[in-house]
Parts: sequence; C-alpha cells; structure tokens
Amino acid sequence: MAAHIEFKNVSKSYGVGDDRVAVLKNINLSIEEGEFVAIVGFSGSGKTTLIKLIAGLDFPDEGEVLYKGEPVTGPSHDRGVIFQNYSLLPWLNVRNNVGMAVKEKFKKWTKKQIGERVEQYVEMVSLSHAINKLPKALSGGMRQRVSVTRALSMSPDVILMDEPLSALDALTRGTLQDEILKIWGKDKKTALLITNDVDEGILMADRIIPLKPGPKATLGPEYVINLERPRDKTALNSNEEFKKLRNGIMEYLIQIGEERASKKADTYTLPSIKPIIKPSPFRRSKAS
Amino acid sequence: MKDKSIHLLNFIGLGFFEPAIRLASGEEVKKNLTALIKKVVFPIVSVVLFLLFWHYGATALYNIEKNYKIETARTAGGEAAVETELARIVSGESSINSLPSPGAVVDAFKALIVDHKAISAKKTAFEEKTAVLNAKREANGQAAITYTGRPSFVDQIMTSLKTVFAGFFLALFLAVPIGMVLGLSETLRSSFNWLIQIFKPVSPVVWFLLVYMIVKSLTLTYDGDVSFIISFIAVGLCAMWATLVNTTLGVASVDQDFINVAKVLNLSVGQKVFKIVLPSAFPLIFTGLRITVSVAWMVLIAIELLSQSPGLGTFVWEEFQNGANDSNAKIIAAMFVIGGIGFLLDRLMFSVQKLMTFTEA
Repeated sequence: MAAHIEFKNVSKSYGVGDDRVAVLKNINLSIEEGEFVAIVGFSGSGKTTLIKLIAGLDFPDEGEVLYKGEPVTGPSHDRGVIFQNYSLLPWLNVRNNVGMAVKEKFKKWTKKQIGERVEQYVEMVSLSHAINKLPKALSGGMRQRVSVTRALSMSPDVILMDEPLSALDALTRGTLQDEILKIWGKDKKTALLITNDVDEGILMADRIIPLKPGPKATLGPEYVINLERPRDKTALNSNEEFKKLRNGIMEYLIQIGEERASKKADTYTLPSIKPIIKPSPFRRSKAS
Repeated sequence: MKDKSIHLLNFIGLGFFEPAIRLASGEEVKKNLTALIKKVVFPIVSVVLFLLFWHYGATALYNIEKNYKIETARTAGGEAAVETELARIVSGESSINSLPSPGAVVDAFKALIVDHKAISAKKTAFEEKTAVLNAKREANGQAAITYTGRPSFVDQIMTSLKTVFAGFFLALFLAVPIGMVLGLSETLRSSFNWLIQIFKPVSPVVWFLLVYMIVKSLTLTYDGDVSFIISFIAVGLCAMWATLVNTTLGVASVDQDFINVAKVLNLSVGQKVFKIVLPSAFPLIFTGLRITVSVAWMVLIAIELLSQSPGLGTFVWEEFQNGANDSNAKIIAAMFVIGGIGFLLDRLMFSVQKLMTFTEA
C-alpha cells in the first residue's frame, strides 16, 4: 500500500536570477496513515514551505508530492491546515469562522446541522462561552483553538500543523498540546507537526525528523519514539528514554547548526583600536 | 441608561460629551472634571475667542469702508456732504458691503427662517386654493398646477441635500464595483491607470461642463429638472475618485493569510470575493466613502452655482449678485449651514463605517 503522504526528491526554490534561493533540496519522506510525524528545525529552514507543498498552496520545482499515491494539484478539504498565525477572519465571530469551513465541506447540510456541528466542535476545545465573540476579543491561545477547531470541523484525513503553538506562552502551549493530542487520539488521523521545540515533538509525535537548515534544506535521520501513550509531561521528564532521545536530537541539531555556522565563517580581521577614555567632568577621581 | 447613552454618543462620534455624563452621575469627579475641561470647556473657549476676533475684525473692516465713503464725500462736497452721507449710511441707503459681524449673521439667519415660514405659508395657501382645481385637472388627464414661486432657504438646503445624496450614491455604485474589478485584476489596473490619473485631479467646474455637454444632448426632449440631473452627475463624478482608488487598493492588498484560508477552504471565486476580499477591504472602502461625502458636499456649491439648480450654491451666488445690505450676512449664514451639514454628513458616514467594518485586534 502506498504511503498516505509521500515526498519524492522534492526541491523548491524561490526568487529569480541571482536572488534564487533553493529552500528545499531532495526531500524524501513518507508518512503512513494514522501516523503522527513531527519535523523539527531552526526557523527559516523551510518548514513552512514543506507544509505549503502538502497543503497544495505551493508546488515543487522538482520531484513529486503524493497524497494517497496521487500528485497534489491544489488545496483539498482532506488536508486541514492549522496556520502559525491563526489566520482567523477578523470580521467573523468564532461561530461564523468555524461555520464557514463546515458549510464548505458539507454543502448539502441544513443550517441546523451546520450549527450543531459548529457547536459540537467549539465545545471540544472548550470555547463554548466565547462562541459569539470576535477574534480580537480572544487571547492568542483561544484564537489558536478556534483555528484548530476550524481545521478539524471539516473532518480532514490529514492534519497539517505549521508551528501552531510557537507564538503562545509556555502554559497555554502545554494545555493546547494536550488538547490536540486528545483530539488526535480519538480517531488517529494522520498528522504532520512542524515545530521548533524538540520537547513538543517528542511529547506528541511517533516519529521526529530534523530538517537540516536551508538553503537547500534536507531531512536528517529520523528518530522513532516508542514512548507509550498517553504521555504525561511531568513523568516524561524523568523518563530515561525521553532524556536519551531529547539529548540525541538536540546534539544533532546543535551539530548541524555548528556546521552551518562554520560554513559561513569568514574570518574578520578586527582593527586594533584602543578605546580612548576621556576624563569625565562629572566623575570625581578618587585621588583628588 | 448611563452606559447606554455613552455608548451611543461614542458611536455617533460625539464621544467628547462622555465626561459630562459621567460627572452627572457622580463618578470619579476629579478625573472627569479634568476631562470635561479639556474636551468641552477648552473648545468652547476657542469658539468664543474666534467670535471675538471675528467681531472686532469685521468692525475694523466696516470702519475702513465707512471712512473711505466719508472722505470721498468730503472731497466731493465738503462738510454738508459728509452729513448727508452719514445719514444715508445710517438709513441703509448707502450700503457698506464689508465682512458682516457675527450679530449681523445671526440676524440674517433669523430673517431667512422668517422668510421660509412666509413662503411655506404662501405655498400651503396656494395648494389649498388649487386642490379642487387640480383634482378636476387630474380627472381630465391634465397636469396639475404647481407652485412656481421663489424657493425658501430651507427648500434650497433640501435641494442641495438631495443632489449630494444622489451624487454620493452614483459615486458609490460606480466606484465600488469598478474599484473591485480593478483591484482584482492587475492587467485591468495597469490598463486603466492613465484614465484614473488624468481624471482624478479635474476641477469640479470642468466636470460640470463635461457633464453638461453630454447630458444636454441626451435630454433635448426631456422637460424635467435637467439642472438637477446635471448637477448630481457632476457631483458624483467629482467625488467618486477617493472611493475608487481606496477600493482598488483595499481589494488589491488583501492579507495573504486570508487568501490562504480561502484556498484551503476551497472557496469558489464568488465566495472568495464576497466573503474574504470585500470584508477585508471594507475599512479602506469606507474611508474612501467618507472622503467622497466630504468632497461631494464641497464641490456641490460650485456645481449648483453653475447649473442653476435651486440649491445652496445658487443661493450664495444670487445673494452675491443681489448686493443688498444683508446679502453678505446671508452668505456667511449659508456658509455656516453648509459647514454644519458637512460635519453632520461626515459623522453619519463615520457611524456607518463603525457599524460595517471590523477593527484589527
């Protein structure tokens, strides 16, 4: 059986002429159905481009992105996207933001059916009290919950998450991680999480793949996480396997980070200057 | 009740009364008293200063003209002529048309209201008189006899308002759809840019003449109010550019995030335009519409003056030509009425804008 999502030698560049930057180079990846894969990497390493390619918002220059064995030709309701900056429509309240997605997915539904589904999904992320509020009246965490709800209410086969939690504070982040895991755990949909937080990746995913930083980003060696679910964050901290994994991934990331830095390292010869220190009229010297 | 009225005041853009209401209910007296002084008392002081400056300035200008007349009389006929000239000035026979003082303007305003009442009474009497006759004429298929007397000041205000609203809606229905189309298509935008750039700075007078040339030919057999048609079209065409440019800009610069949402939700083109692009362009469109209302009211006077449509523009021009003792005062009274209505129209658009548009977090 073909993998649910597959990247075959995918390369992607932006810009023209001398400004052309190869963002992704020779990406090979396959994600099985029901798998939760996390991709960790430095910011600016091409993670968002990766998500855009799967979502169908952008297309590769070389190679193929396959969804259920078919090349991706455009966005589809099967692949729900949760954006980093929430992307809620500021003129619609929570109900209508989610409702718009439900209405698009289930075109033949009556108003009542749509309304019920919206309420049910908003309830799932415990935002029922704010259902009639505009996004501007919500906190960052609440907005991201709405964004999660909007993506899930369309019952996608795949959930694509582009650093969904990176703009949130640590506490909100923790609760939302649990909520996403809880929802994912219900029907085990295929999920791809892009993150810059190794701990988050280990907590949530079945597999972690570091992305070597761009330009020409490629995928590093994968780390399989066999920790039992549900995973408890506090218990994990003293778990030997967790520590080993985290240290391994961290070491790898630091190593490739250093490689990148050394590649760039032009040695600067600093001019030899001696600072001139003027005696300040306001400072009384101790001698006098 | 208190919160409700504050909310209402803020909504219609009269938020500066807020401290007064809060003070009346005895809330945070010291803080609200300072706010009241800053927001209400200081503006009142500035109005008083303005009136004083105006009054003394007007008196000085009056005296310059008066002295000149007396000097001319003295060189022409000696002290006896000065006496007669002074008497003529007092009786109003020799009029001094300098800048009127605030008091004169208030008097002129009162006179205009009295005049309006007189004309209205005449009109009602006329309608009563002709009611029976008109009913008969209607039964015979003849046109009714209508009142053809001089319009009052209030009638003229109404004509002007009608013209401005007709012009505004013309601008709205032309500029918003065209702006949307231009905003959505870069090809059309660059194709028609020259047209916008050339016609945008054209003066209201030239617009009037242009519209006149076209409408005149089209209405040769029409015996309705052609001057009204010409003036509202000219007003609309003059005022629509701000809305056109703002709509184009607003539609062309929709946040890429919103476009991504539309793509991910697989919205159709129509839905994308009406549910994503248009709402996100609303703030800019409404800013454009507000400018359009102001411009429409501003150019209206010049255009009515040329088209002889019986509105405020015609009133101002006729009073200027008239040159009676209180003509200048009437012109200034009309100026304040025009300014006041312009202010109210802007507040009206402001409230509509608040009602229709979202604010970013």
